[in-house]
Amino acid sequence: MNSREITTQISKTADFLNLKKWDYGASFSNDYSVQVDKGEAKQLKASQKQILTIRVWNQSNLVGITTTSDISESGIKKALKQANIASDFGNKNESTEFSPLAKDPIKVKEVKKRNPVGIKKLLTVLREAEVKLLESHESIKSVPYNGLSESFFERVYANSEGAFRSYSKSQAALYLYARAEEKNKKPRSSGSVKLGYGADDIDIESCIKEASNKTISHLNYSSIKTDKYLICFSPESFLTIINAFSSMFNARSIIDGVSLSNKNSIGEKLSTEALNIYDDGLHEKNISSTPFDGEGTPTKRLCLINRGRIENFIHSESTARIFKTTPTGHAGLGSKVSVSPDWIVVEKSDENFDLKTSLDHSTYEGEFVYIEELNAIHAGVRASQGSFSLPFDGWLYKNGKKISIESATVAGDIKYLLKNIVNIESSQEVTTSGISPHIWVDELSITGDA
Amino acid sequence: MLTSQIKSNEIVFGSCNKDLLEEIIFYGIKLGADFVEIFIENTDNSSVLAEEDFITSVSPSFGKGAGIRIFKGKKDGFVSTNDLTKHGLMRSVSQAIEMLDITDNKKELFNGLNKHRDYSLSKKKWINEVPSIHEISEKLLVSTKSLKKNNKIITRKGSYSRNLQEVIIASSDGTYVSDIRLHQTVGLNVIASDAQYRSSGSRRFGSSGMPNEFRLWDHEKAANDVFESSMNMLYADYVDAGQMPVVLANKFGGVIFHEACGHLLETTQIERGTTPFENKLNEKIAHESVTAIDEGISEGSFGSLSVDDEGMEPEKSVLIKDGILKKFISDRAGELRTGHKRTGSGRRQNYSFAAASRMRNTYIAKGEHSKEDLINSISEGLYCKSMGGGSVGATGQFNFAVEEGYLIKNGKLTSPVKGATLIGEAKEVMPKISMCGNDLELAPGFCGSISGSVNVTVGQPHIKVDSITVGGR
Repeated sequence: MNSREITTQISKTADFLNLKKWDYGASFSNDYSVQVDKGEAKQLKASQKQILTIRVWNQSNLVGITTTSDISESGIKKALKQANIASDFGNKNESTEFSPLAKDPIKVKEVKKRNPVGIKKLLTVLREAEVKLLESHESIKSVPYNGLSESFFERVYANSEGAFRSYSKSQAALYLYARAEEKNKKPRSSGSVKLGYGADDIDIESCIKEASNKTISHLNYSSIKTDKYLICFSPESFLTIINAFSSMFNARSIIDGVSLSNKNSIGEKLSTEALNIYDDGLHEKNISSTPFDGEGTPTKRLCLINRGRIENFIHSESTARIFKTTPTGHAGLGSKVSVSPDWIVVEKSDENFDLKTSLDHSTYEGEFVYIEELNAIHAGVRASQGSFSLPFDGWLYKNGKKISIESATVAGDIKYLLKNIVNIESSQEVTTSGISPHIWVDELSITGDA
Repeated sequence: MLTSQIKSNEIVFGSCNKDLLEEIIFYGIKLGADFVEIFIENTDNSSVLAEEDFITSVSPSFGKGAGIRIFKGKKDGFVSTNDLTKHGLMRSVSQAIEMLDITDNKKELFNGLNKHRDYSLSKKKWINEVPSIHEISEKLLVSTKSLKKNNKIITRKGSYSRNLQEVIIASSDGTYVSDIRLHQTVGLNVIASDAQYRSSGSRRFGSSGMPNEFRLWDHEKAANDVFESSMNMLYADYVDAGQMPVVLANKFGGVIFHEACGHLLETTQIERGTTPFENKLNEKIAHESVTAIDEGISEGSFGSLSVDDEGMEPEKSVLIKDGILKKFISDRAGELRTGHKRTGSGRRQNYSFAAASRMRNTYIAKGEHSKEDLINSISEGLYCKSMGGGSVGATGQFNFAVEEGYLIKNGKLTSPVKGATLIGEAKEVMPKISMCGNDLELAPGFCGSISGSVNVTVGQPHIKVDSITVGGR
């Protein structure tokens, strides 16, 4: 069944079961991926997946839900029946409705349709990439984590009031993580990830170069003394920390009491006036963009922090109703609807007079720690408490030299971090999770082995 | 060639699918595969969330799918699909054969499937024995009410999930098994707040194959434990960073061994060349007080299995005996690529993942000391009563968050501290586990890795690590 036929089938079956109000979200995908090991194919993988999530409102307007991979007539009937049973346990305290924007026009980025290049070509490309990476430096002995994949999928949202949205797209990803070994030294590892709309769009050479350069740059390493340091966050690492604490802007988290913000936090000063943060799922550089969320609300650009102050929260239909505003296009589709950001864009505002502009990661000659990548986010972030303690890859810059830091963590508090931003560099960089310039923060604690 | 008559054109759970499975496997062998494996599952899951004094989410789900894996030499191709018809499964076999670019004429023999090993016979009734949504909801609400012990508790959550997975595994070495797996977990979480102070507490419990376990769960004890933990940590200061001796509590303290060492003993790590223990078999890799075990046979434990996802019964594997490395955790691909015999550890999250060597119930065996012996032996250090999650990097570095920690001074527990992270490398830390307590206990958890998220148990007695880096402020 295609998405129109599924909608018709759900409608027909819902009528048969006397279910008046329903909506559904579905995704259909075909994925292909390869991994290699020293020139040999290691695992080649293909998958065909279909997932259907149906919500049903009962006569008391309580919602029940069921998810299934069985999109046959009998599977749809069973899912509707189960959702109806689950609706007896629907949340009486917080009602869910259709998004008022579920029929609004959506902006779909015009992207040329890509066709699968096929497993054989993926394998050839990855083999060549592995060889080039191994040949790029004598210390690079293996590429233990590697993969090239392409995915073709369709997302659908429809409801019993006639809303219907469908969106098809493709995406490809290449990751290369090299391992370098030198005598009497610990192995060092680093890598690079690149995305594209299709496998042919991926900048393979830059992925190889980046993985090689990053790995080699960590070959000479040293422990760092435990102390407080001036820190320069790479665009990637700053976006990681903002995403980890995005519950500050999340209306669902605020209602649930797990956010550092509260309903009255709009306007609260979090940082220097030089800081602007947006969520911009439709940004032209966001390859993973989708034009509508799980409830069918159109995706849009939303300012989260304006000149250092909280400007907006991200919402689902129900949180928007509670906050007396409109949904923002950040909802999932679940029994309890989740809310999450799409793609964070960090910018320097025009109110940037208090910044120490001499702090530039490529020219600054004083002592500082450069954090390239933060690790183990799931273990080291306490979003509800605002604290973090995270291992990182990075360098200590001292006396005009840089040396890779061995086994260290950076710890602090997100509000302290934001308040202590001392410079936002001008040039932004595109990463897989958003766009940001380098961000400088004063006096963060680093624990090292020295 | 098998010439059995095809009785069904689609896999039907609860029926004999032997003829159809044989035809599909034979089809793969005929096309030149060295080995063909079919993993088929049928799932029936549900989860319930209680927040404060209300049920806020009930999420049932169900589905079917198949994962087909073809080996040619040491290469493998894996295809997953929701189409369980003969046509769909054969198309998946063709796709895997095409991916592997198999063109040679060398044909393996396939003598048909062995006698069906049906581990599901006594388990078919489980679906009717597990608690109903209504029963679950009532107990969760009682549990969250039990957490309401003072006005500093600002959020209370109770969550339950039940996964019932029916599997059929067949492969060209004759393996033909069926099983039903039941996993239930229940967790409690609180956030406490007072002025600028905040803390949280959480505990998770889990079982496999025990439909009544949720009914027997002592929610009062669990609620008291979570409440006390959050209160103890509410006004805690941040820990000072540095190198120090630590005592790790039993139960979930075992996550340190799981992350720091257990993953490095999986053959997938040998395949990648990312374990420092690759050539250390029968060599000393840990302090002589350490004996470590991985097994899938403890009744009711979260990581236990009747049969692994490649159709092999799990064994009890002594990984480290008195500090000496004795065994790696291996699956079919691991045996093929590294030579280490399979241990019944081929596991996957579901049909869309190829099985890989994964831990099951993994723990450090008990020693002779009391918890007090360990603490009394330290003049200044850290007691990690409750651990959060952790991870291990590509070069073997690990880190763990300490959820509930206390300073040790002159052999006594003193003030609570927060924000601690334990950092190190297995190779360096394992020889520093100098004392093991006599109070081994296990705790359930979820482990995410190459073949998805699988249920595991971690465990240990109280252990002392002579020196480790503690990250703080």
